[in-house]
Amino acid sequence: MILARQARASLARIHAMFVKELIQLRRDRVTLAMIVGIPLIQLLLFGFAINADPKHLATALLVQDDGPLARSFVAALRATDYFDIITAAADEKDAEGLILSNRVQFVIEIPPDFGRRVIRGEKPPLLIVADATDPTATGGAVSAVTAAASSALDRELTGPLARLAPAPAPFEVRVHRRYNPAGETRRNIVPGLIGTILTMTMLIYTALSVTREIERGTMEALLAMPVRPTEIMLGKIAPYVAVGGVQMGIILLVATTLFGVPIVGSLLVLGPLTLLFITANLSVGYTFSTIAINQLQAIQMTFFFFLPNMLLSGFFFPFRGMPLWAQYFGEALPLTHYLRIVRSVMLKGSSFGELAADSLALGVFTIVAMAVAVMRFRQTLD
Amino acid sequence: MSGADIAIEAEGLTKSFGGRKVVDNLTMRVERGRIHGFLGPNGSGKSTTIRMLCGLLTPDSGRGACLGYDIRTQQSEIKRKVGYMTQRFSLYADLSIRENLEFVARIYGLARPVEAAREALLRLGLEKRAEQLAGELSGGWKQRLALAACILPQPDLLLLDEPTAGVDPKARRDFWDEIHSLAANGLTVLVSTHYMDEAERCHEIAYIADGRLLAQGTIAEIVSRSGLATYVVTGPDLEALAARLKATKGVDMVAPFGMALHVAGRDAARLSEIEREFGEGAPQQWTRGEPSLEDVFIDLMTHLEARR
Ligand SMILES: Nc1ncnc2c1ncn2[C@@H]1O[C@H](COP(=O)(O)OP(=O)(O)OP(=O)(O)O)[C@@H](O)[C@H]1O
Ligand SMILES: [Mg+2]
Repeated sequence: MILARQARASLARIHAMFVKELIQLRRDRVTLAMIVGIPLIQLLLFGFAINADPKHLATALLVQDDGPLARSFVAALRATDYFDIITAAADEKDAEGLILSNRVQFVIEIPPDFGRRVIRGEKPPLLIVADATDPTATGGAVSAVTAAASSALDRELTGPLARLAPAPAPFEVRVHRRYNPAGETRRNIVPGLIGTILTMTMLIYTALSVTREIERGTMEALLAMPVRPTEIMLGKIAPYVAVGGVQMGIILLVATTLFGVPIVGSLLVLGPLTLLFITANLSVGYTFSTIAINQLQAIQMTFFFFLPNMLLSGFFFPFRGMPLWAQYFGEALPLTHYLRIVRSVMLKGSSFGELAADSLALGVFTIVAMAVAVMRFRQTLD
Repeated sequence: MSGADIAIEAEGLTKSFGGRKVVDNLTMRVERGRIHGFLGPNGSGKSTTIRMLCGLLTPDSGRGACLGYDIRTQQSEIKRKVGYMTQRFSLYADLSIRENLEFVARIYGLARPVEAAREALLRLGLEKRAEQLAGELSGGWKQRLALAACILPQPDLLLLDEPTAGVDPKARRDFWDEIHSLAANGLTVLVSTHYMDEAERCHEIAYIADGRLLAQGTIAEIVSRSGLATYVVTGPDLEALAARLKATKGVDMVAPFGMALHVAGRDAARLSEIEREFGEGAPQQWTRGEPSLEDVFIDLMTHLEARR
């Protein structure tokens, strides 16, 4: 009985904070504009930039075999549209120089005796050296090489040689991705953008909430009222969960209509997990606002948190390609888990069960951040 | 006197900021239903004391209780029962008057927050401006709004930190009428102020300087305890006379009051000598007077400075 009454009173205070924050948010034109503006601008800028068709990439050939098989392969390469063979490299050193000087993005090397070794069943390597500093540009091209080689061989290996044609392929495509050990595909990026945009905006919304009250002098009156730190926190975070939901809607709408990113999985899975991710980031922002002495410091903390989220979550670099220490570090970041969730749901159609570990990680992260915030919240002016 | 009759009890409260004692061994007691004035020069530690009393600052040493609740351990009870009006306006500037009042009503869990806020607006005479943003109000109206917000949850004790700073005389009178009617209904008020006329409207006052309590009691008690003998001097050339008197041993306080000069000293016999010395054959008129509260405070201050 008493407990129920206390819970009701507590809810009433959270509601009071919630209404207050909502009114303040409504009056804050800049923030209101940010809610719609930032995700749209980010998504359009990023989306169109990465939408550039990764075809007709400058390529150099290093052909050390001029047999029919090799010639047929080169012809097939030209037919793919992916490669503009602009030059021939004299040797490996020359090829290296072409890549370093950014004149080509690929060097495709056909080793000596390629044709003969295929026929002998030795599985000779087809070496593709790719400048993978821009993984979105190289990803599609690399698979195109494999396809081109197969089709070339299918055509050439007829008659008695046909036994060599079926899979496994009688050659080996060896890809050397330079400067970035694994490639990313374009589809990965738009779902990833959802995560980064939400991280950025959610952090900023709450990172100022406590410092702002302190700097405006309203904290003194608030602290003299019978409202608990947890209630202040929940009341301040709640309106922005809704804001985050709206942003998610905008982003998804643009992603599907404008960029044609499919949503294979269910929105009923993606929605709740996204709200969890939003809450995780709001909690972090709020925690910063309880630690920071002024608004500038809060912004700086946000920035320092945002950077590793971008870099170590698997958004910029493929997660499995990072050194182990970075992977461990990345596991502690909410964006890492959310990227797995959002990519899995949107591209693979995963369900709650398959995402349990990442959801749990997000939940634990949120609770820890909130606990730190409540502990750090200064209840006195000392 | 039983504990139930005491609204504020503090003993040896001490608070330092950066090694400097801002409140020093302060002991005070306020009975329930009383209006207690809290006076002292700028930076004397009034706000700091009030903040300790409502649990916003933790005293370094000493103990205290508000309404019987310990200020160190029972802050949540204190917050529910004590209304604190900050010196600096601390309601939300980007919320309207009505929204601010509704927020307070909700936080305190009033049964019908919207109605409670409307009643407060009516009492304030602010119903026409209900939708105006609090930040756009004039200084005096901000103060009135802050007071209304303080009273809204019907506290048993009000801690008011310079509630009438910048408020016009009519509004100040209304304010004090309201305070007195609340006190008549059992509310206790501790109010800091720099105005002497307001001090005189209090049942009791406490005067602090440099964090130390220098005087406490009713005005009559404080005046008589000061032991000051006072003369009121009228006539020409008062400025020159004041300068000479200030340099005279035995004169503790010289202060102009309108067309007159107040001259006071702790040693009545010595002061009457001075009266003869300066008064005989001079164009000014010396008459015996009662020291005003202000005389006493100025004397307390100069005395303190002389000791430093
Ligand atoms: N948080 C703080 N940190 C450091 N010093 C402080 C702090 N709060 C108050 N002080 C110092 O303590 C002293 C007393 O301040 P306080 O505000 O209590 O005085 P006051 O009597 O209310 O003055 P006023 O009449 O000007 O309002 C001042 O010298 C002030 O600078
Ligand atoms: Mg003060």
